[in-house]
Amino acid sequence: MNAPNKSGWKPEMSLAESGFLGGPVTTTGNRGLMLEEPLLFEIGRADVTGVDLPDVDPAAPTRLGGLARSEAIGLVGLTEPETVRHYTRLSRQNYGIDLGFFPLGSCTMKHNPRLNEKMARLPGFADIHPLAPQSSVQGALEVVHQLGHWLCKLTGMPAVAMSPKAGAHGELCGILAIRAAHEARGDAREVVLVPESAHGTNPATAAFAGYRVEDIPATPEGRVDVAALKARLGPDVAGVMITNPNTCGLFEKDFREIADAVHAAGGYVYCDGANFNAIVGKVRPGDLGVDAMHINLHKTFSTPHGGGGPGSGPVVLSEALAPYAPLPFIRKDAEGSFYLVEEENREERGPSFGRMTAFHGQMGMFTRALTYMLSHGADGLKQVAEDAVLNANYILRSMEDILHAPFGASGPCMHEALFGDKDFTNGLSTLDVAKGLIDEGYHPMTVYFPLVVHGAMLVEPTETESKAAIDQFITAFRAVTERALEGDEALKQAPYYSPRRRLDETGAARKPKLAYEG
Amino acid sequence: MRYYTDEHEWIEVEGDIATVGITEYAQGQLGDIVFVELPEVGALIEQGKDAAVVESVKAASDVYAPITGEITEVNPALEEDPALVNSAPEDGGWFFKMTIADVGELDGLMDEDGYKAFLEEL
Repeated sequence: MNAPNKSGWKPEMSLAESGFLGGPVTTTGNRGLMLEEPLLFEIGRADVTGVDLPDVDPAAPTRLGGLARSEAIGLVGLTEPETVRHYTRLSRQNYGIDLGFFPLGSCTMKHNPRLNEKMARLPGFADIHPLAPQSSVQGALEVVHQLGHWLCKLTGMPAVAMSPKAGAHGELCGILAIRAAHEARGDAREVVLVPESAHGTNPATAAFAGYRVEDIPATPEGRVDVAALKARLGPDVAGVMITNPNTCGLFEKDFREIADAVHAAGGYVYCDGANFNAIVGKVRPGDLGVDAMHINLHKTFSTPHGGGGPGSGPVVLSEALAPYAPLPFIRKDAEGSFYLVEEENREERGPSFGRMTAFHGQMGMFTRALTYMLSHGADGLKQVAEDAVLNANYILRSMEDILHAPFGASGPCMHEALFGDKDFTNGLSTLDVAKGLIDEGYHPMTVYFPLVVHGAMLVEPTETESKAAIDQFITAFRAVTERALEGDEALKQAPYYSPRRRLDETGAARKPKLAYEG
Repeated sequence: MRYYTDEHEWIEVEGDIATVGITEYAQGQLGDIVFVELPEVGALIEQGKDAAVVESVKAASDVYAPITGEITEVNPALEEDPALVNSAPEDGGWFFKMTIADVGELDGLMDEDGYKAFLEEL
């Protein structure tokens, strides 16, 4: 019983192999109260179940006909306490924002205030059904409507589509609105321009929507090459997708000039708002000439993600694109009641391009995001952006004396600091630094993205970390960086202390094993 | 005669057919390659346009056609064993063969010495 997991450490492993450096190897594979956990298939038994089901009466009528299963399918069973322990032990091997610093660049892994959770669990929000009569869920509809109102206010945009379920879904919403606007004019444009400094999902979105994607190079300082972009504009260009602040961690200061040029050429401007956290309360994208921008509620407005919850990606739209917004949307009637405009409201739906989701969006995330907004207030949201940028610059300036900062001279960074692997020796790479940070107890930063920087390391501390927590991270990050600069051979084997040693990522990609083989 | 591009493709010309792959330097930068998407035989590809995609554990990258031409053959071994691109990038790990629509395009590419000098500047 409790045979150590075949894919993990084993009692017969040497000290070095097992990572039990300096201590005795245990017979169970456990390390003190950090418990090793086998796979379900290794501990389950076919004759055990945690549920007491009544015997099946062989004479009972069945509607399955010839489809009834005739033999056991070999699934293993566990008792209820074994099942609870299995998943609880696995959860202890997980790493999340509630456990520690999570500097994953481009992801905004900030603390999720518990007040959000309290509000989202109120029965009037948590226990309702999307098909409930609208008169019975007026409070929930008002939350969605009010959240949309504040998103429009914060972005300086006239309209919002609330239903997209995450960032990339929001991108698709915006691009489909752009496509619908062109098609309504009978203007068949084929190309979407995407700068190198944009998020990787942007070209994928444009291609998915049927556009041909063309790259626009970045300048040496890490921003869009405005001259190259302007030179490419023409009657075949449907629009551009620009991430601002961009993935080099920089504010695209020429955005207004770019937007004006795109509009003059008959195109639309999509802004990837995934990095809105850096400018919320400070810059209104509507003032920059944006036609569509998604907002990741799960980043900027602190709803849980990264395994902790679903995304939510409302899209704000300009006057030009607003008529094409997807169904459903919420309106308020003359008596102050809220109602949903859906397919059957033929007059009100206008030229909407259609529906992207079964229902109205991520209700739980809407409640959390509105709670976050109202509890912070306008001044608080502004401070969110200021502190996020301050924290990232603190890391940038605390590391750049030893770690290559390719855009360190391009002015302050936004909410993430970008480094490269330029001076590492002995074949050590960004990957080794990331693995070394795991040994230090940190989730690694984003690695090898953006592609414009060799061996990129993108660090995003967010505003919710204290100076003490960031100082501690910097100490660890500097220590691991020093090892990479000195060519420490041992770093190539990191991590040593995690529940699993370095995984064979190449093998997993080249020859994935997708089924348990016993 | 072998030529090189500044996007780290090599092109070997034999008669009126050219073989294309990525360079030793390129495979080293990409890291372990896990998947190669090759063009369709018969496809016409213009110089500088996307011809193939190479995916490593780090990133997915486009491979561009060094010259304009029609794809005549793709390397069947890469589907089963993309690691060939790492172990023999400039030999058994070739990507595709193509016709040469305009011999003049070759003049704009680098020879081996030129490519070596180009790498030293990176």
